[in-house]
Amino acid sequence: MIALYTVMEGVIAFFLIAGSIFALIGSLGLSRMKDFYMRLHGPSKISTLGVGCVLLASIAYFSLLDGGPSLQELLITIFLFITAPVSAHMLSKSALHQKLAYDPRTRGDPEELQEDDDERTLEETPQGSSKLP
Amino acid sequence: MLDFALKVSVTLFAIAIVLNLYRVAVGPSLPDRILALDTMYVNSIALIVLFGIWLGHRTYFEAALLIAMLGFVSTVAVCKYLLRGDIIE
Repeated sequence: MIALYTVMEGVIAFFLIAGSIFALIGSLGLSRMKDFYMRLHGPSKISTLGVGCVLLASIAYFSLLDGGPSLQELLITIFLFITAPVSAHMLSKSALHQKLAYDPRTRGDPEELQEDDDERTLEETPQGSSKLP
Repeated sequence: MLDFALKVSVTLFAIAIVLNLYRVAVGPSLPDRILALDTMYVNSIALIVLFGIWLGHRTYFEAALLIAMLGFVSTVAVCKYLLRGDIIE
């Protein structure tokens, strides 16, 4: 029994340290990256994973304490893992709606940010020479 | 070992929340600030869970669940306001 407690203590400590390091890296990316579209990556993926690790550690700790499975924290985990992509999607939609400035190294050309360029190139092309599909 | 791990992880989460607070204060645009607040409530859920492990009982579990639900609803509401200019159309 003593060996079980020691092993479980090591597992819980590992999950706590790993989760907090993941959350710190996510917040570091939030505070250090260049533009909004890069900054969205850190919190929406890595911080969610870090909090998931901490909640797993909590599940293990209370299961060990009660001597039976305690799955209440799984409710928060499932809720966070469902809602984090939804809020990231809403945030990116509002950022594209506001046409935030982006770094030239940001990849992927969304249509919302290319609208002005398309209009300008359409005006520059002479009439009648455009190829019809 | 568990006490040491708890102290280290609480310290790291506190540093993460300070970094989020920096982004809330500096953030050049409004979606940046909303994103930083979103990350802040996720990190505060983890801090509350760590406090529950520290105390050894589950009094604060409902507080974490409430923060999770209200934080998601508020983030979506502010994003909807930025997108449409209205929350409930």
